[in-house]
Amino acid sequence: MEAFGLLMHGFAVLLTWKTLVLMMVGLVLGIFVGVLPGLGGPNGVAILLPLTFTMDPTSAIVMLSCIYWGALFGGAITSILFNIPGEAWSVATTFDGYPMAQQGRAAEALTAAFTSSFIGSLVAVLLITFLAPMISSFALKFGPPEFFAVYLLTFCSFVGLGREAKHKTVISMSLGLLLAGVGMDTVSGQLRMTFGSTDLLRGINFLVAVIGLFGISEILLTMEERLALRGHAAGISLRVVLSVWRDLPKYWVTLFRSSFIGCWLGITPGGAIAASFMGYNLAKRFSKEPDGFGKGRIEGVFAPETAAHASGTAALLPMLALGIPGSGTAAILLGGLMVWGLNPGPLLFVEHKDFVWGLIASMYLGNVVGLVLVLTTVPIFASILRVPFAAVAPMIVVSCAIGAYAIQNAMFDIWLMLGFGVVGYVFKKIGIPLAPFTLALVLGNRAEDAFRLSMIGSGGNMKVFWSNGLVGSITTLAIVLLFWPVLDKVFGSVTRLMRTAKSPA
Amino acid sequence: MSNTNIEIVVDDPTAPEINSPVVTSVRIVDVVVSLLLLALALTLGWDNWRTGAAWDSTGPQAGYFPFYLSVILGGASLYGLVTAFLSRKEAAETFVTRAQLRRVMAVFVPTLLFCLAMQFLGLYVASFLLISTFMRVVGKISLWKSLLTAFVFTAVMFVTFDIAFDVIMPKGPLEAALGR
Repeated sequence: MEAFGLLMHGFAVLLTWKTLVLMMVGLVLGIFVGVLPGLGGPNGVAILLPLTFTMDPTSAIVMLSCIYWGALFGGAITSILFNIPGEAWSVATTFDGYPMAQQGRAAEALTAAFTSSFIGSLVAVLLITFLAPMISSFALKFGPPEFFAVYLLTFCSFVGLGREAKHKTVISMSLGLLLAGVGMDTVSGQLRMTFGSTDLLRGINFLVAVIGLFGISEILLTMEERLALRGHAAGISLRVVLSVWRDLPKYWVTLFRSSFIGCWLGITPGGAIAASFMGYNLAKRFSKEPDGFGKGRIEGVFAPETAAHASGTAALLPMLALGIPGSGTAAILLGGLMVWGLNPGPLLFVEHKDFVWGLIASMYLGNVVGLVLVLTTVPIFASILRVPFAAVAPMIVVSCAIGAYAIQNAMFDIWLMLGFGVVGYVFKKIGIPLAPFTLALVLGNRAEDAFRLSMIGSGGNMKVFWSNGLVGSITTLAIVLLFWPVLDKVFGSVTRLMRTAKSPA
Repeated sequence: MSNTNIEIVVDDPTAPEINSPVVTSVRIVDVVVSLLLLALALTLGWDNWRTGAAWDSTGPQAGYFPFYLSVILGGASLYGLVTAFLSRKEAAETFVTRAQLRRVMAVFVPTLLFCLAMQFLGLYVASFLLISTFMRVVGKISLWKSLLTAFVFTAVMFVTFDIAFDVIMPKGPLEAALGR
């Protein structure tokens, strides 16, 4: 029960007027970017990051995570009312949410979506509360080889389990790792890949790259599309909320299943999208009347929303406990932590107790406040979509520029941001995923340090990565995951061969 | 509340036409990007080799890790180059149509000019110019609304960052004249 006491302490840290106001501001801004077409979680956090530079770390991270929750809630509004998924993982919500809105049950669908997101995140936060301290105290025993093995596992699982073409994931990841290495080498102090440029001495800042990749490029992409919208307006009355809540216990199996899937896939890197679809498909398969799905069944909203939010939240678990982000947004939050000189990982739980438990407490509080806020203010936010994009786009450009400049006070970073904006635009259009790039860029230096320290420790012997049971099994698992698609095929054909061999007998 | 069926309708008068001619296919862009990445991999690989990509008495040299990453990047882009070259599917996919490109340029060019102007006029004046002209020219929004929005937004930014939080931003002659 140590966790519980610390959590209470975390609430005590949070319950000041200043933090609560920041939470509200964060949530409102988050819902705002979530509702705007084309922008979602990672974009919102990346664009609004500069606002937090001037705050102390706890307030800043509380505000950032509230922006994230807000963006998640906001995504559901556009999916249901306008049939526009704000993010890839909201796609499954539109299947049943939009038909419900068309039938005039928008309020019901919205309540269902917000409530289930709340439940999903709550389950994941509970998991974080009790599991993260355990994992991190276990990870305190890790040496450089173990850490390198865990980094390797993260990278390999992205390549092996990702849906994109394998070579494109590899390109994105190796490019990220390479760019992370630009500048002064931390071990030997030598300069590398600077080509004599004084601006490159400082290296390529992670946040500058992220602001370009997710902020500027997203505007270019959004402009390309037709921005006309047709949708339903909705007001949520207390009666509807209560009637949906009264029916909740009926769907406990769906909610529980989706939360479980979400938590599981969220901890594995890059799982939120898969989680929402899996939650939806399983709910459909186990339903007594699967034909009703896609025509406006409330379960079809519960299932994907719970799973998506559970996984979006669970992605923060490996980030806090091990310093390894489970999603693009988690990677950006991690980059934010590094700005304030906090090094995510097991030591965070020992050295910055206040901070960690403040953050975890803010996840509870942010979700509760967020739920109340969205339920009461939906009509206002839905009408944000009336604001012309031509007014929003230049404002986003300006906030991106402020953010990129504020990090190191360098004009060079503005140009870098612009460059990354173009790179992000082109990469997205030709199918090179950005999440592995973000992850590699933020983990690059630490992965390299871990590798070199283990090499120095072992005198250059690669066997160090199999030197004991723990590190050996992580490394082996990483390699298995890397070649998973190949292995999967081999196993598949072997079992098929066995079956055909058996069947004549 | 019974207003659930009121529709929100937002029009997009300057939307790109659907039947606009294709500028390039995905395949061509993919090939070009693969070539650029290959060139980058070669440059970085060569630079790291020069820094030292071998082992010395203390362990791997500074260039060791990035050198092998460049090899991986080079290999993957070479593979990408070949698959993109042979891909029929990508050849049929549209990368961008002329109308879309025009819209993208309508954001990109002002952003570029904004970055340039920032160096001479400072961030705040440049953002005022960007927002007002963008709203007026691209969004076809009335002049007074554009000017007012731009002014309010810029002023809020100035108060937040410059006065309240002391975040230093590039400044130009106007701020100097006002003594900030």
